[in-house]
Amino acid sequence: MKKIIKYVIIDILRNKIVLAYTALLLLISITIFNLEDNAAKGLLSLLNIILIIVPLVSMLFSAIYVYNSAEFVELLVSQPLKRRTIWLSLFLGLAASMALAFFIGAGVPILLFEATATGFMMLATGLLLSVIFVALAMLAAAMARDKAKGIGVVILLWLFFSIIFDGLILFILFQFADYPLEKIMVAAVALNPIDLSRILILLKMDVSALMSYTGAVFKDFFGTQTGLVLSFCVLITWIIVPGWLSLRRFNKKDL
Amino acid sequence: MLANNLFAKTIRVGQRQAIKTIQQGLLLAVNGDTVMVEPGHYHEKNILINKSLSLIGINHPVLDGEHKYEIISIKANGVLIDGFKIVHSAVSSIEDFAGIKIYSCRNVVIRNNILEDTFFGIYTQYGVNCTIEKNTLISFSKEEQQSGNGIHCWKADSMRIITNNITGHRDGIYFEFVTNSIIWRNISEKNLRYGLHFMFSNHDSYISNVFENNGAGVAVMFSNHVKMIHNYFKENWGDGAYGLLLKEISDSYIESNRFVKNTAGIFMEGASRIQLEKNVFEANGWAMKIQASCMEVKISNNNFMANTFDVGTNGNLVLNTFNNNYWDKYEGYDINRDKLGDIPYRPVSLYAMIIEQNPPAMILFRSLMTSLFDKTEKILPSLTPENLKDEHPLMKPLPL
Repeated sequence: MKKIIKYVIIDILRNKIVLAYTALLLLISITIFNLEDNAAKGLLSLLNIILIIVPLVSMLFSAIYVYNSAEFVELLVSQPLKRRTIWLSLFLGLAASMALAFFIGAGVPILLFEATATGFMMLATGLLLSVIFVALAMLAAAMARDKAKGIGVVILLWLFFSIIFDGLILFILFQFADYPLEKIMVAAVALNPIDLSRILILLKMDVSALMSYTGAVFKDFFGTQTGLVLSFCVLITWIIVPGWLSLRRFNKKDL
Repeated sequence: MLANNLFAKTIRVGQRQAIKTIQQGLLLAVNGDTVMVEPGHYHEKNILINKSLSLIGINHPVLDGEHKYEIISIKANGVLIDGFKIVHSAVSSIEDFAGIKIYSCRNVVIRNNILEDTFFGIYTQYGVNCTIEKNTLISFSKEEQQSGNGIHCWKADSMRIITNNITGHRDGIYFEFVTNSIIWRNISEKNLRYGLHFMFSNHDSYISNVFENNGAGVAVMFSNHVKMIHNYFKENWGDGAYGLLLKEISDSYIESNRFVKNTAGIFMEGASRIQLEKNVFEANGWAMKIQASCMEVKISNNNFMANTFDVGTNGNLVLNTFNNNYWDKYEGYDINRDKLGDIPYRPVSLYAMIIEQNPPAMILFRSLMTSLFDKTEKILPSLTPENLKDEHPLMKPLPL
């Protein structure tokens, strides 16, 4: 298993796209921290990158990589190896390289310029989001045999999580404005890892505003130790469930 | 008066003195005398002062009200109370028991006292020209109903409240029908309700005070000609908590204050003819919430930095003016280099309006979709009030 992971990582590095992604993140984060006169605005720009670019790149790259290594996977399957090992190695290799890219590209500048509670929260959620979207991409790749279709699904998923889901929430909020929706919203947020990460960061960044009435409901849940642990558990579930589903699919798949 | 002073005597009270109790000492004293109290623990029930004398404690002798009595009642002009530690006053929901209470008299000075676990701390009714300075008031109230105010003034005039420390009361400082008075350099923190509560009190100033972490911040209501200068409003958090609440206020100045990390820096309702200048708003949820009922509020030369929302409002009617403020969210340019932005800044964002209507929508704040909303609104304003804008925002923050 180690050997395959090692091979996957070396292969990804040779690919140079991940290197370019790292360089891009690094460039953006350093410019942001150097250009903005106050750190709060820098963090805000970085927030958008973490919530938009990281999921998109993680997902697209992983899906394309899985499709491109179809022949390699077939080769491995013909060897005396368990399918489970092959798929997990592929996942771990991808997850490790995306997380590493994020850590070097955004994490290091955060630690250098903004080693505050907000910064650490951004780092943690950014790493988790990288891995979550690798898992989702692998699920999409395992489900769809056709490459074009798989990549289409991946882009749709990204659109769903970053815009459509929020649109639906806003729609519900206005349609049912007369009902107490705060608690339901807390639950709804668990259905979208991007939203969950955003709120975890907001709780560190906009504490004052979040202390108003509804905010207090969110803060009472997410701001407490239990809420924080629970939120991270949900994020990890977002890795495990798609990962496990994709593994089950891959095990049964006719290659 | 002079003759009085020439023949004034000093009476010493203490365990090793001939006079053992303060009550005895007061009985022997006449107008103009000084009663010196040596250190010790005194259970004297209610000490009533009805002569113009000075009551001075050496090294903070303790006056204990045993949770049954009002400790000192002053009913004479020109009394001085200095250097006592006053503890455990009675608590009642019918009568306002206090550590020290001034009843309808003039020129009273209360200074250097420590008040602990009193119901009301220092209470004045119908006081004129009294000074309350350098006192420390600590209470351990849990509920609003069962707690009193720190420094409470009712129907008073020309009061001076200077360098007091007030913690744990219902309202730190309470003013009702108080005129021509000054509140200067006090620290009021961790009180259950307001750090400073101001009602029907005209022509007063409060300067260089610190109001931190109070239940609902500071409230100034139904008053006019109030000057608020150089105060520090900090970390007043919670729903309905404001750094400064202005309700039905007119003809007032708010200058050189700092509002840091409050849920709302200033909340204004029915305020008119108010000048807001040279204030700093930093890291608040809303720097300012101006209800549509306000008029002729002039907001100029302030710094707005790192606030989640700059301004919130509840309607489209705008009768107030914003001018020459610095907004860190301003994205305009300055071609002619006069240090003023060339395009107006609109401090009310679309999303602030949405949240005003639908508070749970806060959950979507800073998501991609809401940023897109705000961007389109900046180009084509539709929901945000058209006239609420700073025509000439500053490009650089003011050195405040």
